[in-house]
Formats: sequence, C-alpha cells, structure tokens
Amino acid sequence: MRRAFAPWSNPDAKPLIRFDNVTKRFGDAMAVDHLSLNIFEGEFFCLLGPSGCGKTTLMRMLAGFETPSEGMISLAGQSLAGVPPYRRPVNMMFQSYALFPHMSVEKNIAFGLKQDGMPKDQIAERVGEMLRLVQLEKLARRYPSQLSGGQRQRVALARALAKKPKVLLLDEPLGALDKKLREETQFELMDIQHELHMTFVVVTHDQEEAMTMADRIAVMDHGRIVQVATPGEIYEQPKTRFIAEFVGDVNILEGHVQGQENGLWRVKTASADVPLTIDDPDEVLHSGQAVAIAVRPEKMVIQRDPPGPNALNVLTGEVWDIGYLGDWTVYRVRLATGEILRVTRANASRFVENPIDWDEQVYVTFAPDAAVILAE
Amino acid sequence: MNRRLSLFNVTSLVIGFAFLYLPILLLVVYSFNASRLVTVWGGFSTQWYGALFRNQALMEAAWVTVRIALLSATLATILGTLAALALTRYGRFPGRTLFTGMVYAPMVMPEVITGLSLLLFFVAVDLDRGFWTITLAHTTLTMCFVTVVVQSRLMTFDRSLEEAAMDLGAPPLRTFFSVTLPLIAPSIVAGFLLAFTLSMDDLVVASFNAGPGATTLPIKIYSQVRLGLSPEVNAASTILIGIVTFGVIAATLLTKRSALRKAH
Amino acid sequence: MMERSFTRRLTAGLVPAVPYLWLGLFFLVPFLIVLKISLSDPAVAQPPYKPVFEWSDIAGFLSGLDLENFELLTQDDLYFRATLSSVRIAAISTLLLLLVGFPIAYGMARAPERYRSLLVALVILPFWTSFLIRIYAWVAILKPEGLLTQALMGIGLISEPLDILNTETAVYIGIVYAYLPFMVLPLYATLEKMDDALLEAALDLGSTPWRSFWTITVPLAMPGIIAGSLLCFIPAVGEFVIPDLLGGSETLMIGRQLWSEFFSNRDWPLASAVAILLLIILVVPIVIYRDVEARRLEARP
Repeated sequence: MRRAFAPWSNPDAKPLIRFDNVTKRFGDAMAVDHLSLNIFEGEFFCLLGPSGCGKTTLMRMLAGFETPSEGMISLAGQSLAGVPPYRRPVNMMFQSYALFPHMSVEKNIAFGLKQDGMPKDQIAERVGEMLRLVQLEKLARRYPSQLSGGQRQRVALARALAKKPKVLLLDEPLGALDKKLREETQFELMDIQHELHMTFVVVTHDQEEAMTMADRIAVMDHGRIVQVATPGEIYEQPKTRFIAEFVGDVNILEGHVQGQENGLWRVKTASADVPLTIDDPDEVLHSGQAVAIAVRPEKMVIQRDPPGPNALNVLTGEVWDIGYLGDWTVYRVRLATGEILRVTRANASRFVENPIDWDEQVYVTFAPDAAVILAE
Repeated sequence: MNRRLSLFNVTSLVIGFAFLYLPILLLVVYSFNASRLVTVWGGFSTQWYGALFRNQALMEAAWVTVRIALLSATLATILGTLAALALTRYGRFPGRTLFTGMVYAPMVMPEVITGLSLLLFFVAVDLDRGFWTITLAHTTLTMCFVTVVVQSRLMTFDRSLEEAAMDLGAPPLRTFFSVTLPLIAPSIVAGFLLAFTLSMDDLVVASFNAGPGATTLPIKIYSQVRLGLSPEVNAASTILIGIVTFGVIAATLLTKRSALRKAH
Repeated sequence: MMERSFTRRLTAGLVPAVPYLWLGLFFLVPFLIVLKISLSDPAVAQPPYKPVFEWSDIAGFLSGLDLENFELLTQDDLYFRATLSSVRIAAISTLLLLLVGFPIAYGMARAPERYRSLLVALVILPFWTSFLIRIYAWVAILKPEGLLTQALMGIGLISEPLDILNTETAVYIGIVYAYLPFMVLPLYATLEKMDDALLEAALDLGSTPWRSFWTITVPLAMPGIIAGSLLCFIPAVGEFVIPDLLGGSETLMIGRQLWSEFFSNRDWPLASAVAILLLIILVVPIVIYRDVEARRLEARP
C-alpha cells in the first residue's frame, strides 16, 4: 500500500481493466451478478471474499477461461469479447501452480516465450532474468517433482511473468505455503510488482493477505461487490456488517438512534445503561432507526478502575477469557446482557504489576470516533 | 498407506499367481522336451525350435498375424484415443449415449457375435475376405480397449495444465501436442500394446473373417491343436513369452532410467 | 477471425465424428445385417442365403423375409437347453471368479506400495501370451494321462486317473483361468482406492474384522465387483474356444452352436438367428454394463 499512488481518485484517469455490468450464470445459479469494477494500471488489486462469492469466476473471465453471460470486459479500452485466453496479454499464476511435469524449470518458464516465436537467444536471456528475479538460478535444470512447495510457487510466478503481461492474475497465491513463508512471500510479491510496474490482480479469501499487499481491495459476496476501497478504508470505514465481520475482528453493538447532539449521534443500547455517543457524521439517520455499531477490539480500552465521571461509552462486564499472544493480549468480556466483547491490548511493557485476571469486574470504554455506524 | 499383509493375503497371492503361471511354465518346460508326449520326459532338446522354423505354414501364418496386428493396433490406437478424447472432453453432444454404448459394447460382446456380424457385413458389401477384412475387424474389436485405457488416464489428468498452456499463448491444438499428449503417452502406448496382443491372439473373429491366403497364427494353431498336441506350438509360445518378458523388463528399466536422468 | 474458428470447430468436430462413423459402420450396421439374415433362408449360392437385398425390388425382398429360423429355434429344444446351460455355466464361472479373484485382488491392494505395480504387471503378463496356447496347456494338465493326475497319483491322493477333461468341470477351470485378470483388475482398482481409515474406524468402534469386512469392505468394493462380474459373465455366455477345447460333446454352449451352424452346417441364416438369440439374452447385462461405465465417467470430477 503506497500513500502517493491513488489513480482511482483521479476523475480523468482511464482504468486499465473495466468490468461493465458483467454477469455470469451457470445454469440457474448466478456466480457473478451485474458487477462493475475499474482497475487501474500499476495497482496491486485484491478480490477478497468467502468461498463461492464469485471472485474466482470473475478472474477466470478476465483470463478468458469463462465467457460472461452478460456485460463486457475491456482491457486498455479494447473489449475482450471473443478473444481466447491464448491471445490475451493477461497471464495467470494458478493456485495449484500447474507446472508442466514433463518439462524442466527452464522449459516451463520458456514455454510462453516459445509460443510467441521469440528467438532462442532472447528466450535464454529472459529466462535467466526471471530466474534471477525469483532467486532460482541454480535450479534451472530441475523438474517440478524435485522442488519444494515454495520453489514451485516461484517457478509458477516466473513463468507467468516471463511474457511481461499487462496484467498478472494470481489465484490464492499463498494458500499452500506455511505461515513464515507466507509472510516473506507477501513482501516479495509487493516488491516484484513495484519493480516491474505491473498490474497485479490477486484473488484470495485470506483478509490478512489482502490487507498486507493490496493498494485496493474489492470485497465480494454472492457475486456482487460490497465495497471497493483501500485496506485502511475497508478496515476503519466498513460499509456493511458483512465487511466489518469478514475483515478483521469486530464488536457489534445493536441499538436504536435516539437523536443527534452537537453533531454526535446518541444511540440507546441494551449493552450500556447510558446511550452511546458516536462520531460518524457521514451517516444520515432518523430517530428510532435500528443501527449496528462496530468497534474494533484494539480501539476499546479495558481497565479495572472506574473511568472518570465524564467518560463516554462505558460498558461494564466480567472477564470471561484471556488469551496471551505474546505481542497482544485478548480479553473476552461478558456484559450483563450476555454479549461477549473482544478487547485487545498491546503488551507494551515487559512487566505488568497486578494484571487483569479472570472473573474480574472491568470497565470497557471507547472514544466516540472509534466506532462506525453500519448500514445493514 | 500403512498396510500389512496377513498370512491369508500372502497365501492367496502365492496360490493365485501359481495358478496363473503354472500352465505357462509347463509350456516353456515342454518346449524343450525331446519326447512328443506330455507324460514322458525325453530329455532336453531344442529340436522343436528347429522344427518350428522349418514349418513354412506356421511361419507364414505368424508373419501375416504380425502384420495384421501392427496395422489394426495402430488404427485402433488412433481411433480409440479420439474416442477417449470425445468421451472425456466433449460433454453432452448429440448421440452421446449411443456412442458410449458402441464404445463399450465390443468389450463384453461375445466374439462369435462380432465375428459373424462383421463377416455378414463384408459379404453384403462384397468385400473379399482376407487380410483387410481381418484387419478391419480387429481394429473395430480392439479400439474399445484402447479407449478404456486412455480415457482412464484422461480423467485423472490435471486440466489446469492445459489452461496454463493456453494462458501462456498456446492455441488448443498446440496445447494438446505439447502438454496433453506427452503426459498421456504412456497410456496410449499401453493401449497400443493391448490392441496388438488382442489382435495377435484372436481366434474367433479371425476365423469368421479369414479367406484364402490369409491364415492367422491362432487359426493355424487351433487346427493343429484339434489333431493333437504339437510341440512346435510349445516352442512358438515359449518364444512369444520370452519376447514379452524381455519387452516388459526393458520397458521397466527404461522408465526407471529416464526418471533417474531427470533427477540430475 | 471467423474463418479460423470455423476450421477450429471443424477439426474439433472430427474428434468424436471419426470414431463415431467407424463404429457406426463396422459395429452397428453389421448388427442390422445379422438381423436381416436371420430372417432369410439358406441357399446353395454365393452368398449362401436368400433373398439378397436389391434396391430395385424392395417389396420382393421384404416379402422373402420370414421368421422361419426363429421358429426352428423355439421348436428344437437343443437351443433352449444350450441357452440355459450357457447362462448357468457363465454364472457359476463368474461366481468362482469372484471367489478366486477377490482374495488375490485384496492381497494385491494390501501389499506395500512399491510392490503393487509389480503385482499388477504380473497379473497382466500372462495376458500378453497366447490365450489359445494357455488353454491348450490345460489340456495337457487335465487329460487322464495328464500332469494333474500324475501329480496327485504321485503323492498318493488318488489311485485312478481323474476324468476332468471333456467335462463341465474343465470348462469351469478354463474360464476361471482365462478370465481371471478381467476380474482381478477392476476389483483391485476399487480396493486399492479404499481409505484404510474407514476400516480402522470400524474396528475402533467395536466391529470385528470379519464383520467389518462384510459391512465396510464389500459394500465399498461393490462397483469393482459389479464391473468385474459383468466383464466376465457377458463374454462367458458366448464363449466358444474354452468349451470347444476343454469341454466334451455334452457341454452345450450357445457359442459352440453358433459356430457349428455356421462352419459345419453352412446355415448362415440359422447362425444369425442364434446370434440374435444370444444378443437378446445379453442385452440387459450389456446395457447395465454400459450404464455402470458411463456413470463412472460422470462421477469423476
């Protein structure tokens, strides 16, 4: 995620990839539902969503393996309708890697270049370049069956990048890797994308992956896009309850709007005695409306001593569970209503005197601007 | 998988394979028996091998049989592979049920029926019976076996490999020849060998469709067997067994060697 | 672009079309001809049946067809007995094949991984050697002066020569021997894929090995059992070579009847009628077999 790079906010910018009211039906089932989306050149874009949300279908339509039932997909202003996958300047890194088992690493990477009729010496040069990029120079002659999972993934990446396509599609690229490798690879992918000035479109169900790597994320559900925004916006300004719950952990408090006071909303909930004060000026609400309030666990403050008399948004409860994670501690606090709040706190100092313990009565507070009012 | 063999398992395997191989061992042993009779061991002798090679009729029949087998197996492999591709890659096309039926039926159909029906067909179209009619008959009979072998491999084939090839710029035909074909090649070869063997071995269909000048080895052997056991036939089958065993060992060694080479 | 896709569709269309046409011509059409000939009369002519099909006289042709041959089949109880006997022998042989083949397939499936392909190769190897000659080897073993008698007499189990050759027993032995790979391989394919964890779960829950075998292993192996059984039963009904070489004159099988009608009596129409009869008997098993195989095709992803 890069600060200065935001072509989507420029109204004159022309998108590289355009999905225009694209629909895809398989029999009676609608996999993609009248979806429109713009992706800009140089973006690291993520399609995020649970299984079955249509993200893979959307990507396959872009690659050319499925055709839209309705609507149009265009690349650099030109429609892709009728263009078979072997004629698109789009390359894909498959989830299973799909390395040709009867060809060596070199031959795998060279495959796409051979199809273009590139002269042999140029092919050799480009293959060498790719091998250096993914740090596999020593393994050029090996066969896929002799490589580890991580090495195979890098060959798949090199093969897909060899033709320097306009767009690289990555289908769950990190799914098969273990945790440590996953983290390393995430940053490697971002570096490669930046170095090559390419547009990457990643499909994943892992929101951590999306948040780390993407410039923008499109959250999908049931064939539709629910929100397209930067990771920061998705996390701190989720549009719907689905997004708030899908990306990261969240506490949801339900209540009714009482009114507005000094630009701040007053919401009456069963979770607290006093109505909550929420600072979310963009929302347009009327009195009595049912709302859901989302507060991220790290934005809540847990303390043993009662907060001052002017404190806003005070909830009381009992410590139900404590999870010590080394860098964070997770508290699960049971309120009088039976709801369980999730509160996290960084372990900022190495020694804590008299830490909060199980079954203690505690106070949980949050600032008015720490909460988001959600549309349903 | 952690599987252990019980005593029962081992016994059934030993008895089973002994049962399968006993007659074969017998043939080999008796091909070297100086005496004609099965009941008497007359001492070690290779005379029957000499007699075999001097037996013009038998040798000619063998040559005809090999030619028919090579030709029909080649045709059967091509047709059978096409059929396998059609069945696994073409989804629902009109007439698919009938097609499946026609592909699988020859596998189980009694040979007397297929033999007779093909002969009647050749008579109806006034085709002279002989080398070509047997070849056509064998092709039809054996192609379904090739289909089953190739189709079985195609079903476990990873389609994403073909998609990757197309994604990288290879049109469908090129994808087939550079990715699909090399990987299903072993099963195509297995299908060819199967078709070849079935053709070499066939008595019934060949008998119905034979004509003057085209006698196959099985037909010759059958006529001799009815008259009494002939040791030259033993010699012939021992040679055949030897060739086949040698071929299987060679094939196994070759595949092991190429796997080793790939590792370096 | 449009031209390219047309030629592409043409070549793509050839893939199913070529084998389809071949099979249609050399498999389907012949059957129609068999049907026609079964409705004809024998003649001393070339071809040895009448009426011969003439485009110019279709009406005359159709009027020359009759069901005479089929009447013959129903009148002479020889064919009825041969049919019954063929089905009986084939059914018993199939059962024997299951009893003999299942332990072998089971043993192969439980063998350590590295031996399994060797075992499969060993099962297939005899198949590459001449079928005719292997059956003929059994003649040497089973005849009264043959090896079996000699061996058993040698160890003193019997005192008189065994009379197995030229009886139904010899036919059973022959069919089991010849068809064994056709039973073992489908069974092995199914058994090998079985998840061991299922058996372990059954044992863990208190089922004895014997019980687990019947309630878990056998039902799961059923597709292989059905495929193997059909693959053996159907051709066995029409088997000719084995009853001819190993069975005696009392072993009535319909394949032999067909052969003798054709080659000995030169009565092509009657032979065709027998073929139709055989087809009618087998049509149901053949359709079942086709369905089983077709479903196997759909089942895999």
